[in-house]
Amino acid sequence: MGEPLKRTPLYDLHRDLGARLVPFAGYEMPVQYPTGILAEHAWTRSAAGLFDVSHMGQVRLTAKAGKNAALALETLVPGDIAGLQPGQQRYTQFTNDAGGILDDLMVTSTGDHLLLVINAACKDADLAHLQKHLSAACEIEPMFARGLLALQGPQAATALARLAPAVATMAFMTGAFFVIEGAECYVTRSGYTGGDGYEISTPADATAAIAKALLAQPEVKPIGLGARDSLRLEAGLCLYGHDIDTTTTPVEAGLVWSIGKDRRAGGARAGGFPGADVVLKQIAEGAPRRRVGLLPDGKAIAREGAEIALAGRTVGKVTSGGFAPTLGRAIAMGYVERPHAANGTAVDLVVRGKPVPAVISPMPFVKHAYYRG
Amino acid sequence: MADIKYTEEHEWIRVEGDVGTIGITAYAQEQLGDVVFVDLPQAGRTVAKGEACAVVESVKAASDIYAPVSGEIVESNAALADAPGDVNVEPLGKGWFFKVKLADKGELAGLMDAAAYEAFVKSLG
Repeated sequence: MGEPLKRTPLYDLHRDLGARLVPFAGYEMPVQYPTGILAEHAWTRSAAGLFDVSHMGQVRLTAKAGKNAALALETLVPGDIAGLQPGQQRYTQFTNDAGGILDDLMVTSTGDHLLLVINAACKDADLAHLQKHLSAACEIEPMFARGLLALQGPQAATALARLAPAVATMAFMTGAFFVIEGAECYVTRSGYTGGDGYEISTPADATAAIAKALLAQPEVKPIGLGARDSLRLEAGLCLYGHDIDTTTTPVEAGLVWSIGKDRRAGGARAGGFPGADVVLKQIAEGAPRRRVGLLPDGKAIAREGAEIALAGRTVGKVTSGGFAPTLGRAIAMGYVERPHAANGTAVDLVVRGKPVPAVISPMPFVKHAYYRG
Repeated sequence: MADIKYTEEHEWIRVEGDVGTIGITAYAQEQLGDVVFVDLPQAGRTVAKGEACAVVESVKAASDIYAPVSGEIVESNAALADAPGDVNVEPLGKGWFFKVKLADKGELAGLMDAAAYEAFVKSLG
């Protein structure tokens, strides 16, 4: 059935490390290593975890003569891309004409290029979208064979700085080129755990050597997709295809912070992205529903799809839920009709037909610990 | 230990007298990953063979646990509330789930012995 699963440059290393490999977005990916998800999660929160995220898509945009790549990209995303200084990184979304989210992505300006990191499951569609709309203004170069490593946790800087000392002083959401183990890499201080850390874009054939050099550091252990999910959920970060998709707008998803002032009503480059009319109206007037955090009573776990009820009436749905190892309790996020979405609102999560009391709560569930310099 | 029988749903039952202690196998806990919560049946509940009567929540997913035999629940493992990881550490020991007073010991004949279960797990690849 379907196409054979693809492998990242670290496939053999995952096997050697005893990973349990599962199909994920068309790739054979490690969901966990022998120590298990709880131990991997705790290690990432206390030391440094190395994640293989090479399945994600990397794309380089370069302006054609007389064109501006950032302004071109702004026709597809609500983020302030033209305002990016060289070395700065931003989070944004590709939107559709209804203001729904086609994918979420990171954009970094190198000065000469824009580097995009997009979700694995969306990368072919994203590439076609870019080619359809930006070909006149940009050279669009998919770099899907490159490696991408995430090194996350409070000791990530200590570990990576042994291989590339200058990374220690990088600020959150900035990027720069570094030579690591003899290979030119692009490093950003960013990640998907809510903690400090880096993402390292590597030439395919150097990825395994760099991963091994990082794993040789005493602070670093390999971490699978299972802990990646529990870490991002604690951090209140959206998982595309679950917490955000084509039916949710950035406003409903609580991502207005990622829409720069210049792109909002009255801004220098207001709107101009697909669905801008919907999104800007929702910023002004409020969206019909909001993504919220949920803290259930007791130990039952409300997972994706569980209904959120208020006095017996369905007012929303859980989009992600699980056990938060840092907190030792269940957490969830989901969408709730806006009149009922205030923090502190008591609701029920319907778990296996039974109502589990829960309170709408602010996110992140675990405080972010980004390095601001 | 000769009295332990197994189901194709990866539960085990150890019978002493007319009471069976039920849990999940080492293979099952390994597949589930770290267990973080077990929703156990109340003592006094009557269950039919094959009835879903407990739920084990791992970091990855929720899985139903089915009664391997019919009978009445006489006890649940209260210690799992604070130590759900016992299911991973000692699935056939302190990680047990609940005890059932068997309604029909004849139902045990339809379950697998250790050798048959081992062959069954191997057949799963």
